[in-house]
Order: sequence, then structure tokens, then C-alpha cells
Amino acid sequence: MTNPVLEVDDLRTVFLTDAGPVHAVDGVSFRIGAGETLGIVGESGSGKSVTALSLMRLLEEPARIVGGSIRFQGRDLLAMRPDELRSLRGDRMAMVFQDPMTGLNPVIRILRQLTEPMVGHGRFAAPEARRRAVGLLGRMGITAPERSVSRFPHEFSGGMRQRVMLAMGFANDPALLIADEPTTALDVTIQAQLLDLLRQLNAEFGTAILLISHDLGVIGSVCQRVVVMYAGEVVEEAATEAVLADPRHPYAWALVNAVPRIDQPLGADRRLVSIEGAPPDALNLPQGCRFAPRCPFKVERCEREHPPLAEVAPGRLARCWVTQAGQVLPKAGGSGLGGVRASPPPAIEPLLSVRGLVKHFPLPRESLFAPRRVVHAVNGIDLDVGRGETLGIVGESGCGKSTLARLVTRIHAPSAGSIVFDGQEIAEASPAAIRPLRRRMQMVFQDPYASLNPRMTIGDTLAEPLVAHGLARRGAEARERVGGLLEMVGLNPAWVSRFPHEFSGGQRQRISIARALALEPEMIVADEPISALDVNIQAQILNLMLDLQQRMGLTYLFIAHDLAVVRHLCDRVVVLYLGRVMESAPAEALFARPLHPYTGVLISAVPTPGRVRVVLEGEPPSTLAPPQGCPFRGRCPIAQPVCETMPPLAEAEAGRWVACHFPGEFSHAGLGA
Amino acid sequence: MSASIALPAPRSRRARLWRRYGLAGIGAGIVLAWVLVAVFAPWLAPYPPDFVDVTNRLKPPSALHWLGTDALGRDCFSRLLFGARISLLAGISVVALGAAFGTLVGMVGAYARGFVDAALMRLTDLVLCFPPIILALAIAAALGIGTTNTIIAMLVVWWPKFARLARALALVQRSQDYVEAAVVLGLKPARILGRHIVPNAIGPLVVLVTLDIGNAIITFAGLSFLGLGVVPPTAEWGAMVAEGRELVEQWWVATFPGLAILSIVLGFNFLGDGVRDWLDPKARSR
Repeated sequence: MTNPVLEVDDLRTVFLTDAGPVHAVDGVSFRIGAGETLGIVGESGSGKSVTALSLMRLLEEPARIVGGSIRFQGRDLLAMRPDELRSLRGDRMAMVFQDPMTGLNPVIRILRQLTEPMVGHGRFAAPEARRRAVGLLGRMGITAPERSVSRFPHEFSGGMRQRVMLAMGFANDPALLIADEPTTALDVTIQAQLLDLLRQLNAEFGTAILLISHDLGVIGSVCQRVVVMYAGEVVEEAATEAVLADPRHPYAWALVNAVPRIDQPLGADRRLVSIEGAPPDALNLPQGCRFAPRCPFKVERCEREHPPLAEVAPGRLARCWVTQAGQVLPKAGGSGLGGVRASPPPAIEPLLSVRGLVKHFPLPRESLFAPRRVVHAVNGIDLDVGRGETLGIVGESGCGKSTLARLVTRIHAPSAGSIVFDGQEIAEASPAAIRPLRRRMQMVFQDPYASLNPRMTIGDTLAEPLVAHGLARRGAEARERVGGLLEMVGLNPAWVSRFPHEFSGGQRQRISIARALALEPEMIVADEPISALDVNIQAQILNLMLDLQQRMGLTYLFIAHDLAVVRHLCDRVVVLYLGRVMESAPAEALFARPLHPYTGVLISAVPTPGRVRVVLEGEPPSTLAPPQGCPFRGRCPIAQPVCETMPPLAEAEAGRWVACHFPGEFSHAGLGA
Repeated sequence: MSASIALPAPRSRRARLWRRYGLAGIGAGIVLAWVLVAVFAPWLAPYPPDFVDVTNRLKPPSALHWLGTDALGRDCFSRLLFGARISLLAGISVVALGAAFGTLVGMVGAYARGFVDAALMRLTDLVLCFPPIILALAIAAALGIGTTNTIIAMLVVWWPKFARLARALALVQRSQDYVEAAVVLGLKPARILGRHIVPNAIGPLVVLVTLDIGNAIITFAGLSFLGLGVVPPTAEWGAMVAEGRELVEQWWVATFPGLAILSIVLGFNFLGDGVRDWLDPKARSR
């Protein structure tokens, strides 16, 4: 680190709100050497994105940088005039944002967008810029870059657009690339491709990378060092591997342990480490350690004195009185909080049984005579969910998992196939005929901000199903039941008259769960119930779901894209690809030894530091025109001509069903997790 | 430690409110003033609105006749005050009834989908095909001159835009997670529509209603100007402008009703903009 690219010293950024100044970034210092990779991790509201925007001086009123210094290649960024900043941005210092859908101008062709910064900064003449743009796109893994440059952004998928954004970032061979959650909006296989690409670009061009993410796994697979932020402060800084193995700040400890790891043995205890509470109110920070109110290891001093960021081991800084005094934070796993993993129930009668389920959505005709195009969302799914079991459904976006959830709950009517719930065929039942069954099967939605009616108090929201099904009379009886429901999900019963916007995302998801529980169902379909939440809140919600299952004997159909979570929570797992079941097996067996090549690749794509990955090339085919035969064959590493006929879903081993002509062969090709 | 840094004081609450709702307040004031005028016109007006005094024709504004007199010697000020009644009545009733009917059509279509939706929307398209003023003119002419008939004619052309908007809003709401949750909870369609879809879709409709009253007032005045709105002796702003149309020297006959129309339309527009900002959470949080 003789010649740092970026030195941030005591940076302070505030938001001037009506209620007073909010210290979003409060005394943050770090440095990035040439060619180094640094990660910033923290939950939403920790100040990590505001830090990135401060570095680029991209903040607008009411945000303001009020203190500290930012030196980029020795020059003081805070003293620069707007025109000096402009000549720096996109040239020496580039940024890639989270949302690839809005990061490109929709009415300008890719080529123009790529060459504009090159020509604009005067680094390349137009013909040279054009050649370079084509070359860069090829380098970013875009096929046929000569043709792709003349397209418009909407012709590209999210992953491809993020590659274009990366190409723009690298257009002028910058000294520093800031990437703010660049893969958060993408599927796990696409994320793996892009993280690999980032690593290669760092090695190849020597560009320093500042990667911002909420996911320590993502940071661990790219960055050598990591800065952990909490409530606007750096609470720990160290080599990424050291933090992952032995965090020295309790918040980092919680971050590391709240997430189930795919490469660690499953314990008997399925509960995750979660810290209670929420980040402090930014207007009213505690005077001592900002993490103290939630810290399981706090000592008396933590409440009184604000700890400095000090060295706790060679090259490791932490802002914690406890670890600075030499104490070691315990290893998670053996926390013994109860909730022993029940052995998967033996073959039992299924509560829900789905056969040959198909759902096609016709699109509106593009013109009067154009053939009608059809989205093939679900193309023949068979599955059983046993009573008391947790069945996980995994797959990339477009694999039909959310449609499946809406079919079994009969929000949509299937195009073909049968759905039998506890002996009753519901695939073609009328809404009125299903209504009595609704009590027994409920749903929890993904987005906690969209799943509650914003104009109803949560008391009304929870009382409504009770009254509609005649389980409680309006008034005192319903109120009492609602209070009980709120208590059951760990919320204060006194909050009944509040509106959804007064709650945080995690609290809203609890309300959503309470609403699903109001009718005392036997089964809950959970459509990505935790993917919109911070990792610590995820752990809280998963623990709550485990508790409720134990207490009430619930059956879960758990839909997720996070494989580590599915492995942790589910008894059995079904892997979907393009609306078909690829593999179905007990969770442990599936992750230990996947039989379908797609399962293998999917597991391998999970960002885990220090693991060899099989990166899956390409993207899933369009659901408008799914391929004939095995849907995966276009991307499959072991595809043969025989794959042009669809392999049936057959029992390869006891309890393990695979739709592949060569079950288990890909594992031998050196995958072994 | 950060206390030492001098931070600018946040803008005062009053300044913020004024910046956000100042124009809306002015609009509300104008509208309220005209409503009061309409209600209390008989007490405010110095003369009966159709008191003819042929000896006193086309007199310029004076202490006796603040806004002068028209070609029949009627007091323009009194007629202006009474005109507010007709304009407000026509504007509000056309928009209220049109919005109610259009919203019903649009929301039922969006919720029912399929054939019902297609039939209702084709009917809407059919009405939208004609230029509204011309169609209203034709209908008003066919029904005969008179306030009620003109309002009916305007209603026929007025509801489709509300049907369109209500359908779009209801379609958005239909795919919201909380509406799907209500379906999964086994609630009945009427309850889902009434409790979950309508309350969340109503905001933009309220905005359109407020902004549209001004529009309806202009249209009604326009029809009256063309001689279709009110039966002659009745005081109405559009008709008053028409009467003063060819009187160049006697500028007061047409100017003041024109200004009245301008002020009331502006009032409703300012108010509508305010309502829109107030209902839009993004604009509100700034």
C-alpha cells in the first residue's frame, strides 16, 4: 500500500431532514491501494451506499458532506470544482450501480453509450473507441459483440445489461471501480458469472475495486479486505477471510452467523443466530457503543463509552470494548437454543399433491394477424408435500416457482393438471367452492411492503379473515384474537391501530405471517418470504417460521432462490428449471451429491469464499419459446444428442427423482461440494 | 463529536407548507369564495338578476351598477353573482355523476375481465370516438335547450375518461400482493373490491375529479355561449359573454363573466394540483 488510490479519512455525510440532521456516514476512514479489492458490508441504513455516493460526490441536497477528506490518487476530491469532478467520473473513477434495468438509457444504442465516455473524456478517437467498445463487450462475456453493440438496452437481459454497465465502467481503464450491490438484482448463476468476471478484471487490468454488498459471501469471493459498517460507522476492518472465520465485532459476528453456510455441515439445531432489535434511530444515537442495545456480549462499559476503532490483532481493527479487551466471540452453531431438527418424516400421505401442472399465459397479440405468443410459465410439474414437512422449491427467475405458488393457492387457475389438497381436487374448482378450503392453506408473500393493504390498520387486516370465515365476531372477540396473533409472531399487541407504513420490513413480514396464521391453516405457501430482508432479519423470520412449525405442526411449501437457506430449512427440495422439475430429493442428499447437472451448477454458483466453482455459461432460454427436449440441454456441460428427447422424472435412487438421461454423471466431473 | 460541525437549520415548517401547498390554498380560497357567492347570491346581489330596465341600457360601471348594465339594462354584477350558481352546479354535478358512473364501469370491467370487460370498454371507446364538444352539442340540441338537458348531454360524453382511468387503476391494484392475499384468505369479491381495491385506487380519481370540475365549467359555459346551455333570461356566464360578444365599446358586458370563468377554473386547477401533491407520497416526503 505504498501508493493508495483512494484515502478516505473521517468522512462525515449528513442528511438535512425536517426532523434534524441524520448522520448517515459518521467518521468513516479507509484506504484502497492500487489494484486492491475492498468490500463494504452492512445492512440497509448502515451508510454503505451513501459512502459510495460521497466518494463520487454524487450526493444531492438534502445530503451534504460536512467533514473529513477524500483523496483520490493524492488529489483532494472535496476541494474539486464540478468540472474537475466531471472529468474524473467515468474516467479514472467509475461506478456500477445496483439496478441494471435503469442504469442504461433506453433510447440510445449500446455502442453510443459505451463510446460516449471514451470520446467525451478525450481518451480515444471515435473509430478507436468503437473497436474498444466491441472488444470490451466481448471481454465482459457478451456473445457476438459486433452485433450486440447496435442493439438497444431493452433487448438485453438484466445480467447482460450489468455486463454492459461493467464495460462502461472499464471503458477508460479506471484506477478505481466502485460497484454498489452490482449483483443483488441478479440470479445466483448470473451473479457467479459476474463475480468471476470482476475478479478476473481486477487481476488483468489492475483496477482497484470497491465492492459494496449486504452479502458477506459475495464480498468474500471478490475482496481481500472488508470494512463492516453499522449505523454510519466502521465497526470492523480486516482481511475478509479473517472476518468470516473469526469476527471481532459482535455485529460482524451476527452477520457471519445469521446466514447458513452451504459448505458447513448441518447441525442438529436449525435455528439461526439472530440478534434482536433494529439499528438505532439515526436521529437519536446511543451515547455508548451504537451496537450495545442489541449486543449479546455487551459489558457495562459499552452503554457508557463510545469505543474507538482500534487494533485487536495485527492488521485487524474493531470498534468493540469486549474484543479489544482480548475476549473471543464464540463460534455459532452450538448455541443450543432448542429446536432440534426432526428427522424427515417417513413416507406419509401427502397433504398436497400436484400432477402434470401446466400454466401458460397468453400475451396480447402484437397486431391483429400476429400469432398469439404464450409464456410457458409452468410446463408439467409433479410434486407431493407431506403433512408436517417443509418442501423447498428452488430455481432461477423465470423457472415458474412463483407461478407454482399462485397455482396451488388458486390465485391463478391452471391450464392443465391436477392439484389435490387433502384428498380434494381443487385445480378446476370455482372460487366459491374453494373458499372453505382457503382456511387450511395460506400464503406469505415476498415483498413485505406490497403484501399489506396500506389503508387498513394491522388490527383490521388481521381481523378481516377471522370475521369473513365466522371464526370471531367483529369487536371484542376479534380484537382479542388479533392480540394473540400479534403476540404469537413476536409483536406488541398494543400496535393494532397502527398502519403498515409505521413498521419495518421485518415487522411487516411478521404481520404477513400472522395474517396467514389467523385462519389456523395446516399449510403455508411461502413465496420468497425472506429475500427482501436484511440477513439478520432473515434469520429472525426463519427462526419464527421454525418455531411456529413446531408448535402448530405446519406444512411449508417454501420457495426461495437462496440455496443455503433452503438447505438449512427444508426437509426435501425440488429444483425447477423452465417450469419443469429437474430434481427432487431430501435436502441433505441433494446438496451433498446432486444428481442433475443443473442442480450441481446451481449449488456451485452460491458465492462462498475459497470454493472452486463451475460457472454456468449463458442464460436460461426464453419462456416464450422453450426448447424441445430437455430444457437445460442448451447450457448443460454434459449434454448429448439423446437430450433432444425430454427425459422423464424417474426415481434414480430411493426418494430421489431426477429428470436427466445421465443422472449423477456430472458430479464425477469434479464438482464435489 | 459531530456537535461541533455547524449545520444549517432545517427550513421552517411554515415555509415548507407554503412552498408545498401555497397555490392549493389560493385555489381553495377562490373556490370557497365562489361557493359562498353562489349560496348567498340573493342576499349579495343589489338587484334581481333578470330585472329589466330598458331606460338604463349598456351603462358603464358606476356606483349604482358596479359592473355596468347589459343590453336590456340588467345589472351585470347581480347577474354575475347568480351565474356562479349555474356554473358550479353544472360543473360539480357533471363531474360527480360522470365520475361515479365511469368508476363503476371501469372497476367492474377490471375485476370481472373477459367478456364483461371487453363489452364495457368497447362502449367506452365508442363514446370516446366522437369529439366530446361536438357530440355534447348534438345531444344538447336534440334534447332541447335547458340546464338539465345540457348537463345530461355533457354526462354522456364525460364518463368514459373516468371509466378508462378507474379500470387502469383497478388493474394495477388487482395484481398487488395484498389483493392476492385477500383472495387467498377467501374474501368475497365485493369485499375485495370495496375494501382493498377501491380505497387504494381512489387517489388519482380524486385528483382527476378536482382538476376536471374546471374543465366541465368551461365546457358548460362554452355550450351556453353557443346558445345551448340555459334558457335565455337565466343568468349564466357563458351566455353573458355571448351577449357581450359584439359589443366592443361596452367591454364590461363580456369581460367580467369571462374573468369569473377564468378565476373559478384556475381555482379548481390549483386545488387539484394540491390534492395531487398531497396524495402522491413521493411528492409529500420532500
